[in-house]
Amino acid sequence: MSQHASKTIKGETGDWEIVIGMEVHAQVLSKAKLFSGASTEFGAEPNSHVSFVDAAMPGMLPVINRFCVEQAVKTGLGLKAKINNRSVFDRKNYFYPDLPQGYQISQFKDPIVGEGEILLDMKDGETIRVGMEPLHLGQDAGTSLHDQHPDYSFVDLNRSGTALMEIVSKPHMRSSEEAAAFLKKLRAIVRYLGTCDGNMDEGSMRADVNVSVCKAGGYEKFRETGSFKHLGTRCEIKNVNSMRFVQMAVEYEARRQVEIIEGGGTIKQETRLYDSKQNETRSMRSKEEAHDYRYFPDPDLLPLELEQAWVDRIKASLPELPDEKKARFIKDFGISAYDAGVLVGEKELADFYEEMARGVDAKAAANWLNNEVLGRLNRDGLGITQSPVSAAANNAIIRMMGDNTISGKLAKDLLDIVWSEGGDPVQIVEQRGMKQVTDTSAIEKAVDAVIAANPDKVEEIKAKPKLAGWFVGQVMKQTGGKANPAAVNAVLKARLNLPGEG
Amino acid sequence: MSVDKDTVRRIAKLARIALEEERVAPMERELNGILAWVEQLQEVNVEGVAPMTSVVAQKLKMRDDVVTDGNIADAVTANAPMREDNFFVVPKVVE
Amino acid sequence: MLLPSKLTDFTLADARDAVAGKKVSSTELTKAFSKAVTDAKPLNAFVTETPQKALEMAAASDARIAKGEARPLEGLPLAIKDLFCTKGVKTTAGSNILNNFIPPYESTVTQNLWDAGAVMLGKTNMDEFAMGSSNETSYYKPVLSPWRAKNSNAALVPGGSSGGSATAVSANLCLGATGTDTGGSIRQPAAVTGTVGLKPTYGRCSRWGTVAFASSLDQAGPMTRTVRDAAILLRHMASVDPKDSTSVDMPVPDYEATLEKGVKGLRVGIPKEYRIDGAPPEIDALWQKGADWLKAQGAEIVEVSLPHTKYALPAYYIVAPAEASSNLARYDGVRYGHRTQQPIHDITELYEKSRAEGFGAEVRRRILIGTYVLSAGYYDAYYSRAQKIRTLILQDFERAWEACDVLLTPATPGPAFALGEKSNDPVSMYLNDVFTVTVNLAGLPGLAVPAGLTADGLPLGLQIIGKAFDEATVLCAGRSIETAANFTAKPQHWWAA
Repeated sequence: MSQHASKTIKGETGDWEIVIGMEVHAQVLSKAKLFSGASTEFGAEPNSHVSFVDAAMPGMLPVINRFCVEQAVKTGLGLKAKINNRSVFDRKNYFYPDLPQGYQISQFKDPIVGEGEILLDMKDGETIRVGMEPLHLGQDAGTSLHDQHPDYSFVDLNRSGTALMEIVSKPHMRSSEEAAAFLKKLRAIVRYLGTCDGNMDEGSMRADVNVSVCKAGGYEKFRETGSFKHLGTRCEIKNVNSMRFVQMAVEYEARRQVEIIEGGGTIKQETRLYDSKQNETRSMRSKEEAHDYRYFPDPDLLPLELEQAWVDRIKASLPELPDEKKARFIKDFGISAYDAGVLVGEKELADFYEEMARGVDAKAAANWLNNEVLGRLNRDGLGITQSPVSAAANNAIIRMMGDNTISGKLAKDLLDIVWSEGGDPVQIVEQRGMKQVTDTSAIEKAVDAVIAANPDKVEEIKAKPKLAGWFVGQVMKQTGGKANPAAVNAVLKARLNLPGEG
Repeated sequence: MSVDKDTVRRIAKLARIALEEERVAPMERELNGILAWVEQLQEVNVEGVAPMTSVVAQKLKMRDDVVTDGNIADAVTANAPMREDNFFVVPKVVE
Repeated sequence: MLLPSKLTDFTLADARDAVAGKKVSSTELTKAFSKAVTDAKPLNAFVTETPQKALEMAAASDARIAKGEARPLEGLPLAIKDLFCTKGVKTTAGSNILNNFIPPYESTVTQNLWDAGAVMLGKTNMDEFAMGSSNETSYYKPVLSPWRAKNSNAALVPGGSSGGSATAVSANLCLGATGTDTGGSIRQPAAVTGTVGLKPTYGRCSRWGTVAFASSLDQAGPMTRTVRDAAILLRHMASVDPKDSTSVDMPVPDYEATLEKGVKGLRVGIPKEYRIDGAPPEIDALWQKGADWLKAQGAEIVEVSLPHTKYALPAYYIVAPAEASSNLARYDGVRYGHRTQQPIHDITELYEKSRAEGFGAEVRRRILIGTYVLSAGYYDAYYSRAQKIRTLILQDFERAWEACDVLLTPATPGPAFALGEKSNDPVSMYLNDVFTVTVNLAGLPGLAVPAGLTADGLPLGLQIIGKAFDEATVLCAGRSIETAANFTAKPQHWWAA
């Protein structure tokens, strides 16, 4: 993908810029629903996690779940946004079979969270600042199954009423990569906070992507003036349910729009569906009808008023978030901004790294994690939390490598052993005699033996000092790989009268 | 303000109430009768007046995050005009 | 205590004492009322009669009384407006769209009554979704008033929307009934049937399990033959309910205990804006009489002004339909209620046809008005403006409370009218609520008390309006009117075969 992921598309009439905004629906992690006591657990029998409130039976009334409010506040704080101490729940009215009330209780004019921002760390080291619109707390709809019967759709309300955060970015992204990075970063933030599990497969996090294209320079003018007239007409692509699909959908959609405009057509503002099998977007006919949601404050609820002290308590209890963790990793561990960005992208990975790096060379730990551990996890299709070798065991291996107990080569072997057999790395090194030989007399003995056995090579090295590597290899072979390479070098130099540095 | 026939049709569509064509004109008359009568509200000076958001001075009640309901799929679907395996069944929805 | 010649002539308070004192059993009482209900079929006061359930509840009550475990309303037969969901008993809201709806749950208000020992006789007829002032919009045909004008056999309306409950109470078909009041639906039918109707402060009775019409206005209340009965019934309808976010967290007082406190020193406001052009002189005369009665009992009469009164009704006809258009969106033929049997091609047609068939003309009209006033471009001109006017109306009352403790007004602009008389002109029908609707917009308690008869022999009522959550004072003042008016007229028993 990455070769396509530039900010401009070369068209026949010149360069086009891609402008992207994202709307993410993130289900709040809570035991019970926003306005009823039914469970939010995924995957239950049809309509079993449904109360009379969720089914909108006559006379049923909503009562709000305090924890869901707290989760929304937490998320707002994580997006560096202002928390509004007075917010109002509105009804958004429309008919759909999986919307039992005929309206969604959401927020419109006075939401709970104000504007915020998300920082994206790109591969090239650039940091993109994406502005965030106010966050709305509302209810999720149920689900309709369309593939159970040729003539009928089946409606399941288990998801109906689950708390939902509507998290919307400003159109501040410029490439499919940035769009994917946004989703990844937002997911990391809510997972750090524990306010959403970010599970895109189960639909607890869903993204709609707004894509438009404009002639080169249009975006700059938009940012300068705030006027949308400098941007093209946008299309909203619904329910793009993975980072990869976000990238592919943006790529496809931007090209489609450029082709239409260059072919003399105009872009119609519309809702489109991304089809991952065909890798294309297509118009959703059902969403074509002009909407008039008739928002008004829900008279079954009173305005939501938060005490500042309560908000302050939540603020004080926030965990360290990716941006802060990244800064700390750079400062405390001296690792690169890019490495730190990758490590903090997933809280579990960052935690793993921190434990691994405790008391050892942090840069070596970062390299070890990136090159050895992640490589093996990737090979085995495992996530960091499933690593067969714990962070503590990796820490022990790095420690032994650092104090020359084992060589780098043996450390990798050791990792493989613990990976497949388990066990304590320190004990394994002890039991299997993997300790590095640093005893000079033993090394001298081995060096002398190699010199004695290869007089021709000794002659050769006088002319070609690079041959020293060959000697090191022979000595290592003699010592079963356990000789300390630095010590071997030193002895060789002395014995063969090699120049200072070679 | 008053409504015309197109507006009546549009509102009926929004409200999902079938309105036969011969009912459009009478409905237009009835709605305009009511709208003409409520027109007198325009003479009230409401500048600086906050719209009423709650009738009683009461703080919004909040629940704890505890599962207290559900697992009543039979009762939830008992009144359904059409159901199958505790699903509600509707004519096929095209997306 | 003397037993009345007929058990159905009991007041609720007297029946309570008689049952508790084992002078009459709940079963005897229940049988008498069930028979009266059956005999009164021509009045069409009930949508659903539940004589079997009533007898079972009565038997259970008698058993409790025998064990000395009687509760406050033990064994007392009541009628329930068909807007309250009753578990296992069909609840229609007077609508075809809920024709077959059997709630799997019990409304908080009715549950409170059963928990206090009351017995259910059945579900009373009402205007469809409580939208109406004459009970003519019911899918189950109009209710007739038990009252007829002197020398006339013309059928009269019982008022609405709680017309079935009003008729049931007025015709002695029950000891008391529940009603709901969104713009006057308890007080207006009470006034025109010579009964007592109390709309409590918004939030006093839980709305949970009561089919919603307009959420910010709906409030349940008692309909009874005496003010004392209303005091007793309200205590056991009201509660603190964690299931209704808008219900108030205040203990329910014993209204009966303070009922006879009298009005000495009470400042009674007479709002001059309630004197309307074209009202029958009898209304003004009765109003004056009411003021005189209270004054004679020691109250101080003060003239007050509620300047925004004339805007209340039009504001109501924006707010109520707007909320209703949204509240009634759930009746879509998917999860319960009427689904069209006509051939349909898609889900939209299913909605449109089911709803067109399921809702009657007045409900459709109000849904359309409500949809319009909330639609893009009109919200500020209509809904937002109407809600601002509500604020002004509430402020009017708050200023009035500086000068008085309760307000005295007429309850209705006239007596019961003939069936069909106003059904072709929505606005003239709406005007029936001109005196009652302000109270709903401001969330205040209002009580209609029978106070006299027109020259034609038809009942008229007066209304007492009180401060929020001051039902106790409202009931006291109402009791004083009741004592002075000594309203004893009853309708002729023309309906029984």
